[in-house]
Amino acid sequence: MNQDGFEITVDGRPVPVRPGQSIGAALHAAGIRSWRRTRFGARPRGLFCGIGVCFDCLLSVNGAPEQRACLVEARPGDSVSTS
Amino acid sequence: MTGTMTGNMTGYDLLVVGGGPAGVAGALTAARAGLRVALLDAGPRLGGQYFRHLPGATDGKLHHGLDRFLRQSDALHASADVLLGHRVWTITRDPAGFTVQALAGEREEEPVALRGAAVLIATGAHDRPLPFPGWDLPGVLTPGGAQALLKGHGVAAGRRVVVAGTGPFLLPVAAGLARAGVKVAAVLEASGGLGLARHPVLAAAKAGEAAGYAATLVRHRVPYRTRSAVVRAHGDDEVTHVTVARLDRDWRVRSTETVECDTVAVGYGFLPQIELATQLGCASANDADGSPILTVDQEQRTSVPGVYAAGEPAGVGGAALAEIEGRIAGHAVAGLAVPEHLLLRRTRLRSFARALQEAYPVRPGWQDWLAADTLVCRCEEVPLSAVREAQELGATDARSIKLLARPGMGWCQGRMCGYAVSCLAGEAPQAPRRPVAQPITLGSLERISDDQPR
Amino acid sequence: MPDVIVVGAGVVGAACAYYAARAGLDVAVLDRGPVSGGTTGAGEGNILVSDKEPGPELDLAVHSNRLWRELAEVADFEFEAKGGLVVAETPEVLAQLTALAAKQDVEHTVAAGLHAYEPHLAGGLAGGVFYPQDAQVQPMLAAARLIRAAQDNYGHGALQLRTGVEVRGVRVERGRVTGVRTSAGDILAGAVINAAGTWGGEVAALAGVSLPIMPRRGFILVTEPLAEPLVRHKVYTAAYVTNVASDNAGLETSAVVEGTPAGTVLIGASRERVGFDRTLSLTVLKRLAAQAVALFPVLRERRVIRTYCGFRPYCPDHLPVIGADPRVRGLYHACGHEGAGIGLAPATGALLAQLLSGQSPALDLHPFRPDRFEDA
Repeated sequence: MNQDGFEITVDGRPVPVRPGQSIGAALHAAGIRSWRRTRFGARPRGLFCGIGVCFDCLLSVNGAPEQRACLVEARPGDSVSTS
Repeated sequence: MTGTMTGNMTGYDLLVVGGGPAGVAGALTAARAGLRVALLDAGPRLGGQYFRHLPGATDGKLHHGLDRFLRQSDALHASADVLLGHRVWTITRDPAGFTVQALAGEREEEPVALRGAAVLIATGAHDRPLPFPGWDLPGVLTPGGAQALLKGHGVAAGRRVVVAGTGPFLLPVAAGLARAGVKVAAVLEASGGLGLARHPVLAAAKAGEAAGYAATLVRHRVPYRTRSAVVRAHGDDEVTHVTVARLDRDWRVRSTETVECDTVAVGYGFLPQIELATQLGCASANDADGSPILTVDQEQRTSVPGVYAAGEPAGVGGAALAEIEGRIAGHAVAGLAVPEHLLLRRTRLRSFARALQEAYPVRPGWQDWLAADTLVCRCEEVPLSAVREAQELGATDARSIKLLARPGMGWCQGRMCGYAVSCLAGEAPQAPRRPVAQPITLGSLERISDDQPR
Repeated sequence: MPDVIVVGAGVVGAACAYYAARAGLDVAVLDRGPVSGGTTGAGEGNILVSDKEPGPELDLAVHSNRLWRELAEVADFEFEAKGGLVVAETPEVLAQLTALAAKQDVEHTVAAGLHAYEPHLAGGLAGGVFYPQDAQVQPMLAAARLIRAAQDNYGHGALQLRTGVEVRGVRVERGRVTGVRTSAGDILAGAVINAAGTWGGEVAALAGVSLPIMPRRGFILVTEPLAEPLVRHKVYTAAYVTNVASDNAGLETSAVVEGTPAGTVLIGASRERVGFDRTLSLTVLKRLAAQAVALFPVLRERRVIRTYCGFRPYCPDHLPVIGADPRVRGLYHACGHEGAGIGLAPATGALLAQLLSGQSPALDLHPFRPDRFEDA
C-alpha cells in the first residue's frame, strides 16, 4: 500500500484507500462491486454512473444513511455499513 | 445558521453553479472584471467531470489542459469565494435578485443560502444510458463513470472491459483504460461511425484528437467495431459476459456473438443538467441529439433576465467550448464587450459540436433489445411490461407513464430512465421539472432561509 | 353516437363513466390530455370521512367510502383501508375534535394512547381520534383502472376513451345539449357531464353557464423510499379540518403524513389561492417539513427527493357541483370537489348515473346544485 494510503472498515472488514478516493471507488478497486440490494427484486447494486446522479451506490457512512458512495471522499477510520 | 441570512452570503454580483471548465472560466472572467463572485460546486475539488483529478496528481497524459485549468482554479480561489462541497438544490428569484439554496458539507448537511444579482448555470451534463437486458448487473457502468473512476480516483473500472454505446466519448474512455493497463476487449460504436471521416467540419477539426485515441487503441490492439452494441449483459450477481450484436442502420439486431468481460462501460451521449434553470422559467428546446438544452443568446443569456448558462447546459459540446462560453458569459455579466475572437471560436466549436451530435444519433432499434422483464427504471425496478401496461391504460405521454407505472419516481428522479421512457412513449424528451434538484433532509428543509429581501 | 359524453378523464370523470356504463349507457370520455392529466395526477389519494362537517358533504363522503370499497373488488389501484388518526396538539383542540367526531356519526375511536396506533409519533400531543373508514388509493391508477374495468365488464363499445381530444365548445340548441365541438370534430350526444375539475368553470362557460370554480394550490413533499414503514395510518393534525373550510387566500398549512406501498412518505398539506402559479414556494416547503418533523421526529434525517403541486378545484361554499344544470337541459356537472375529489368520486359518478338513467338519486343533490351560486 502507498505510504499515504489508509484503511476504512466496511461491514467490519478493512478496505484500503488511496487519499482522494471516494468510498465507492475504494470498494470497487477492492473488488467489491455491489453493496446494496434493491427493494423489490433484491438485486445487487454498486456503482453505475459513478458521478452521483443514479443513486445506486447508497450506503451508510459513520451512521449517516443513504450516502452516495461515489461522492463521499473516504477518510481514515471511516466505518461504512451496507445493509 | 438558521433562518436568516448572514451579511457575507449576500450582495454577490454573480453566483456560479458548477466548478468545471465553464463555471471556472465564467467566474474568473467576472472576478477579474471586478465583480463580487461566488462559485459553488458539490465536489471536494474544482474540475467538473472533464478535469477530474486526484489531489496532487497532474498526469498530463490523462488530461488535455489540466495544468492550465489548475492555474485558473488557483486564480479563482484568490479572487472569488469558492464554496466546495456545496450541493445546490434549488434557486429562487425575486425582484431583487436570486437566492441559491445549497447544502454544505459532503457528509453533514448544512442549509446555506447565497444571494446575488445574477446566476451562471454551469452544471454540466451526465451520461445518457439506454436500458438493455442485464444493464442493472454490477460491473455495468457508464463511460463517464469509468472515466471518473480512472481520472478522479485512480481506479480501473475492471480487468477486462467492453466499451460500448455511441459518440466520440467512447474513444478517450477506451484509450484511457488501455493506457492504464486494462484489457479493453472491444470498443463498440452503434452507429456507422463514418461521421468523423465523412463530415468536412469533423474531418478538419477533430481528426487530430480522435487520431490520437485511435492510435492508442491500435497500439494496444483494441478492436473498434462500428454498427455494434452490447444488447445483453449476463451474470448472476455481476457481469461475466455480454451478447454483442451486429446492427442494421436502425440499430436492430442482425447477428450476435458472445464476448467475455467483467466490466461494461456503456452510454449513448449526454444529458445536460438544466433543472435549476428550468425551475426558474428558463426556456429550453431539444438539441440535435434530442436532449433538452437551455436556449441562450449570443452572450449566453437565458430567457430569464439575470440567468446565464455556459457549457453543456447550453448544448453538449465539450470542455473547450464550455470554457469559451464561460468566458463570454463572464464578460456579459460584467457589462463588457465580448472580444470577437471568443465569438468566432465559439461559432467554430458550436458547429463542430453540432456536427458531432448529428453524426451519432440514437436509432430506435434499441427498443427491440428489451425483454418484457428488462428494467426500464433502475431505481423503482419498473420493467418494460409495466410501461407498456400503463400505455394501454391510457398513459399517452411520458409524464402519465411515470404517474401510473412509476419510472422516474425513485431516488434519481428520472435522470437515468427519462430519455428511454420518452422514446418508449414516442415523444421528444421534455425539459425536466425538478424543484428539488438534490435530496434534502426534512431537518434541513425546516431550517432553510426563506427570507424575502427587504 | 354515445348516450353521454364525459369531459375529463380524471378520477371523477372516470367514476362517472364507470357508473354510466354499468347502468347500460354508451359513454365517451374525452380529455385534452392523457388519463389523470389534471389534478388527479397531483392528488395524494385521500378517501376521508374524518374531515367532513356533518351535512351534505359528510353524507356524500360516507356513501362514496362504501362505493370505493366495492370498486376495490373490481379493480386494483392500491386501495389501502389504513384508517386515519387525527391528532390534537392541545386539550382545547382535542375537545373540538371529539365534539366534531360525536356529531359526525361515523365509526371512530377516541384514542386512549396515540402510540398504540403510531409508535413513532412525537410525545406531548393531547390526544386524537381514529377513523377506521379513512382510506388511501393511488389516484391515477384508480382513474385509469376504473375506465378499463368499465370497458372490460360492460364492453368496449359501451365506454370509449379518447385522449388528446380537446372540447372547444358545447353544442346547445333550443336550450338543450346536442353534443360537443372538439379538436377532433363534433361528437353528438344527448347528455354531457362536465368533469373537468379545476377547469370546470371554463367548460361550463362553453355551454353558456357560469360555475365559480377557482384553483387552490397545494404542495406535497415526497421522501426517499423507506426500507421499513414508519407511519401506519394517515396521520393529520386537527387543524386540517379548519383549514379546509377557510376562505383565506393566503397560505394555510396543516400536517398530513402517510406512507405508501412504494415506501415513500407523502407530506402535505398547503392551501393557497395563487391562480395557476407553479413557482416553488420555499415558505410552504419549510412549513410542511417542520410540521412533519414535529409529528414524527424520526423523519428528521429522511430526505425529500421530490415535491410537486396541484390545483384543487374549489367553490366558494366548499361543496362540489353535482347534478343536472337547470339552465341547459342535458348538461350535468361533476366538478369542484376541492381536495376531496378522489374520496367523493364514486358517489358523484353513481349519483349522476342514477339521474341519467331516470332513477331517483340515493342522496339529495339540492346542496350541490349547479345554479346555487346565482342565489346569493
